[in-house]
Amino acid sequence: MEHQNEVTIALAGNPNTGKSTLFNLLTGLKQHTGNWPGKTVIHAEGFFQHKGVSYRMIDLPGTYSLFSNSADEEVARNYIIFEKPAVTLVVLDSTSLERNLNLALQVIEMTSNVIVCLNLMDEARKKGIRIDEQLLSKKLGVPVLKISARNKEGITELLDAINAMANGDIQTIPISVQYSKEIEEKVMKLEPKIKEIFHDEYPARWIALRLLDGDEGLINELKQRISAPNKRGLSHGSSLSIQI
Amino acid sequence: MESLKLVPLSEAGTGDLFIIKKLHLEGTMRRRLLDLGFVPENTIKVLQRSPLGDPVAFHVSDTTIALRKEESSKILGELITDGTSK
Repeated sequence: MEHQNEVTIALAGNPNTGKSTLFNLLTGLKQHTGNWPGKTVIHAEGFFQHKGVSYRMIDLPGTYSLFSNSADEEVARNYIIFEKPAVTLVVLDSTSLERNLNLALQVIEMTSNVIVCLNLMDEARKKGIRIDEQLLSKKLGVPVLKISARNKEGITELLDAINAMANGDIQTIPISVQYSKEIEEKVMKLEPKIKEIFHDEYPARWIALRLLDGDEGLINELKQRISAPNKRGLSHGSSLSIQI
Repeated sequence: MESLKLVPLSEAGTGDLFIIKKLHLEGTMRRRLLDLGFVPENTIKVLQRSPLGDPVAFHVSDTTIALRKEESSKILGELITDGTSK
């Protein structure tokens, strides 16, 4: 099998944004489902090819946030931080951007390899909602594409963007959310220390923010990874033991 | 700017609009409410009460979210009554 050379893509999004419709459209019947190790959270992955490249797509649980308030959020967050997919697609409901951009910003804080998909564009049009995706893309610093998974609109463009990002042909300049002066000062103190421990393995600014947040779940996760360095691999198979 | 008198969301009546000013909650529940759209300066609307009066449904960021009094009493803000509320 071609598992060794697969490019991994994660699919994130709020519930009911058509995330699974997109997942089914791209992967068709080439899917596996099961549970995440140790969690009663559905793990779905599928496979597809585009322009001769094999992709493995992970459908993360639909969440409003990634601050691990629940098992779903923890699974999604850990996957993005620790498994480092080559591309993370954030699927947004175009009819409800205010609510949906929260998650997009959280993902952009974690990784720079993000493509934002404005899904349900057909519904947004019906409601008279117009979105300037180029302006949004400029502000977020990552590609933003309009799609309708249900009507198969914009899918080729999306696949081309995935391809380009996986090849390193797209340089993103992810927006960096600025916090209060007090928080930013503490982040500046923490960041170098985090880099000393993890080098560039994990996003230092994001970890600093989580430490300031007192995120016990993440602290425990990181401790485990320091004591028992996990073989990180984008490859499939037995090496994919997500320690949760 | 002088702030108006803040009231808990739990005191808002059906049909009222409410501008969130403060969340007197900590930890996970605070985070959760922020993620759901209960963000300071956001305007929400009281949609309806359940038969026993708790929980109450709110319209927030284009979605309906129901909260129990336990949480809604800790969300403070300005009440805009439209006069038809009971």
